[in-house]
Amino acid sequence: MLKMNKTGWVTLIGMAALAILPPLLLLNGQAFYMDLATRLVILAIAAVSLNLILGFGGLVSFGHAAFIGLGAYAVGIPAYHSMWGGFDLIASSNGLLHLALAVGVSALFALITGAISLRTKGVYFIMITMAFGQMAFFLFQSLEAYNGDDGLTIDLRSELPFLNLDEPMQLYALSYGSLVLVMLLVRMIVNSRFGVVLQGSKGNAERMVTLGYNPYVYRLTAYVISGAICGYAGFLLGNFTTFISPDMMHWTRSGELMFMVILGGVSTMFGPVLGASIFILLEEVLSSFTTYWHLPFGLMLIGVVLFIRGGLMGLFKGKGE
Amino acid sequence: MDYTLLIVQMLNGLQLGLLLFLVASGLTLVFGILDFVNLAHGSIYMVGAFICASLTLWLGNFLLAVVIALPLTGAVGYAIEVLVARRLYDKDHLDHVLGTFGLILVLDTLAHMIWGPAGITVPLPAWLDGQVEIFDGAVIPTFRLLIIAVGLAVAGGLFWLVNYTKLGMLIRAGASNRTMVAALGVDIQTLFALVFALGAMLAGLAGMLIAPITTASIGMGGQIIITAFVVIIIGGIGSMKGAFIAALLVGVIDTMGRSFLDSGFALFMSRDAAETAAPAVSAMMIYILMAAILAFKPQGLFPPKVR
Amino acid sequence: MKKFWGAALGALMVSGALQAGEVKIGFVSTLSTGGAVIGNDIKKAVDLAMEHIGGKMGDLDVNLMYSDDGFKPETGKQVTDKLVKQDGVDFVAGYIWSHVLLASRKSALDNGKFLISTNAGPGPVAGKLCNKNFFTTSWQNDQGPEAMGEVLNQKGVKSLYIIAPNYAAGKGMVAGVKRTFKGEVLGTDMTKWPTQLDFSAELAKAKASGAEGLFVFYPGKAGGAFMKQYQQSGLKSSLPLYTAFTIDALSLPKFQAAGFTDVIGSQFTGHWDPNLDNAQNKRFVADFKAKYGSYPSPYAAQSYDSIFLIKSAVEAVNGNLEDKDGIRAALEAVNYPSVRGKYTLNTNHIPMQPWYLREVVVGDDGVWTTKIVKTIHEGRADNYAKDCKM
Repeated sequence: MLKMNKTGWVTLIGMAALAILPPLLLLNGQAFYMDLATRLVILAIAAVSLNLILGFGGLVSFGHAAFIGLGAYAVGIPAYHSMWGGFDLIASSNGLLHLALAVGVSALFALITGAISLRTKGVYFIMITMAFGQMAFFLFQSLEAYNGDDGLTIDLRSELPFLNLDEPMQLYALSYGSLVLVMLLVRMIVNSRFGVVLQGSKGNAERMVTLGYNPYVYRLTAYVISGAICGYAGFLLGNFTTFISPDMMHWTRSGELMFMVILGGVSTMFGPVLGASIFILLEEVLSSFTTYWHLPFGLMLIGVVLFIRGGLMGLFKGKGE
Repeated sequence: MDYTLLIVQMLNGLQLGLLLFLVASGLTLVFGILDFVNLAHGSIYMVGAFICASLTLWLGNFLLAVVIALPLTGAVGYAIEVLVARRLYDKDHLDHVLGTFGLILVLDTLAHMIWGPAGITVPLPAWLDGQVEIFDGAVIPTFRLLIIAVGLAVAGGLFWLVNYTKLGMLIRAGASNRTMVAALGVDIQTLFALVFALGAMLAGLAGMLIAPITTASIGMGGQIIITAFVVIIIGGIGSMKGAFIAALLVGVIDTMGRSFLDSGFALFMSRDAAETAAPAVSAMMIYILMAAILAFKPQGLFPPKVR
Repeated sequence: MKKFWGAALGALMVSGALQAGEVKIGFVSTLSTGGAVIGNDIKKAVDLAMEHIGGKMGDLDVNLMYSDDGFKPETGKQVTDKLVKQDGVDFVAGYIWSHVLLASRKSALDNGKFLISTNAGPGPVAGKLCNKNFFTTSWQNDQGPEAMGEVLNQKGVKSLYIIAPNYAAGKGMVAGVKRTFKGEVLGTDMTKWPTQLDFSAELAKAKASGAEGLFVFYPGKAGGAFMKQYQQSGLKSSLPLYTAFTIDALSLPKFQAAGFTDVIGSQFTGHWDPNLDNAQNKRFVADFKAKYGSYPSPYAAQSYDSIFLIKSAVEAVNGNLEDKDGIRAALEAVNYPSVRGKYTLNTNHIPMQPWYLREVVVGDDGVWTTKIVKTIHEGRADNYAKDCKM
């Protein structure tokens, strides 16, 4: 192996653990832990997508859960119609159609809301993205045809070529593979000229303007990419849970995604994955001990913000890195 | 159009708006002056409601309970400032959001452990528990009129405090230039703690006023905080005038949506569909309003002059 | 992290060995958020039932596991998954909220588990989504308000205004009262659930509609908030209130503490009452009061029943939990002492039982409670049974 720093090793070990452990557990009859791992990996994809704009672009989106919801409903609604009839245009169990809808609708939503939101800065941006997220939340609450607030049970999983998503192992393989690809994609974007401009305009937008770049266009593009990836995570989540509800889009869910990114460490490759892992496992472990698990969880949140600079990945950074 | 209903609903909207203003004013003070995003502001509203509810049951007198609960809630706010908030001022907004999100979880769970999940019904003295007939057929609960009166009085008091007192001057000066105020020999740390406590008292007062209507219950903070943020964003962060106008706007729009949207929808869809779609759409209206305003005025209706 | 995987591997070794002599029951309820008002009462009743059966069903020890649904459908489904896949329970019971049950039912039923709702009864599980392994110790949501609709007809109420929360059960309740009420419904408001607790706009609309009666459904803490505002708006004489699952043993002590005397005399429908005269009910109510110092709610009564129902089935197959058909037959036979008295199941596994008109009264001990005014009907099929093809 080439010379690697500490962060690199943590990434490698973490990703290897995610690749090996869950399938082993499943083979040993621990189906529940496979479920947990699948949820974890899917949310990690969403967190990585958020990190692209939050960490590298300095754009704190407080409405990212909306994309997860849109992606999940892109599976649920066509599947519902293919099962119970109506809306022939999209009624289908074809996974490629679901996928295209999930990514397409999310990207479109990101384009429209991003175009407006990016006119604002700072806290106003945080709050306007939250407002758009809440709009999506209430929109799906009002859709009586899909049970509104009560949520929609997905009776058919997406049918994909070569893959059967009803098999937990195959669903996990798809999710894990997607996570790796998404991480590589984000890494590629960040290291490209596009990424340099994006990161540059985070610190000093004026300088980028004088250099002849229009930060707005770069930010909007990043926002759309991020939304599309997050919508893809929603596509996976819908197939995984087979139950979707507007609750997935609530502002507290967006807050959880932000927390995963920050807990793990913003502007790092593995940070969001680590953050999502810790978040999911803590939630599971703490809630099995006490109904009042939000108390230690909240205290830990405060502790992380107060005492750990740069998130958990910050702990692994050597001097000078 | 039923004008009696329209007027009653306007009053209901005004009452909701003024209640929102009480929460939002504290939020905008803390946000504007301390540059601190406090998601846990809603939890202080809840704590105020619970303290007042317990005291009411213990003392048997709602008004006395409010008088005692106000400084207690202020003290809770002061403690939060010293223990947590103060250490976050230097960090960026992202950290504020997360740290105070953690604070919400802590405060809500503590309230659950202390007061239980059932909530507390707060009894009112008989003279507040009745109704007033404003004019023929327009009847409104006395207590809701009291909320309107208190809300207007507090708004007036805040206006006076910020514009005509030494504290107000320091607050305004501290918002635009911290080092300058510090150089004048003012203990800026104490000033900030006082502002935070004042904000907590305002939120607590709102909680105390709503408790006799909706009961003091866990989770009540999470519901109002986002609406309060919408209010201060629409109004412009740090602007008391903006918060006041935006709060009334949001209160009236929300109430009018709940009142008349279903009849409006019923004009072009089935009655049943209209009745189920209307609540969600009326809930969406304030967010649409906020997005629309920010699209044209990215810093709200009354952007702060110096930032 | 290490510790977690350690625990996981540990669990893995244990689960390899067959747990003999044990019946595992997963009980899903709401133990956090404001919904825990009901969940805690249920837990008390189930704990009491466990005490009364001595922790045994036949020769088997009962391993009871509570899970918290956090008042959310998604969480409810997750904990159900865990109970089924990780804990390997034989029965999944509980469920207060209709939307949580609808989200969770597949997780239990697709894995061949018996699912026993102790409260939620949304239309679909009684109709097109009915299942041979789904049972309930409560009712179908629409039935309470259907009975109330008949009461309204008998009272000669000509027009009605309806306010209910906008979720599965709220919709069922509204459908139920509309189905039997013969007068005119002048308006329906569906409010945000569970967040909306201020009903000023809705009450003003109800008053302006000029209806002769107001029907509401607000379970749990929202019920208290609604009652308070109804009283403050002074509508008692002009717009009499009729409720379903809004006033119960959970809200009455709070009303009494707040001196809210207006609630005395309020009428609502129910299938059970603490004053029902049978041995099982007397023991349940007396011991519940002795142990916890309050009257049990209907939610508690239904959940108490569920433990005895499961016990009757486990004993019928002599503890052979592999005998699914035997267990099912025993559950269908309803051969257990219910606190509501004798009842039978319809073909869709929904109880056919008497419904009563109940009223709030001051009990002999000075504590506010309820009594039965009259029997509305002796037991009918629900509206969805015809859609059920088992």
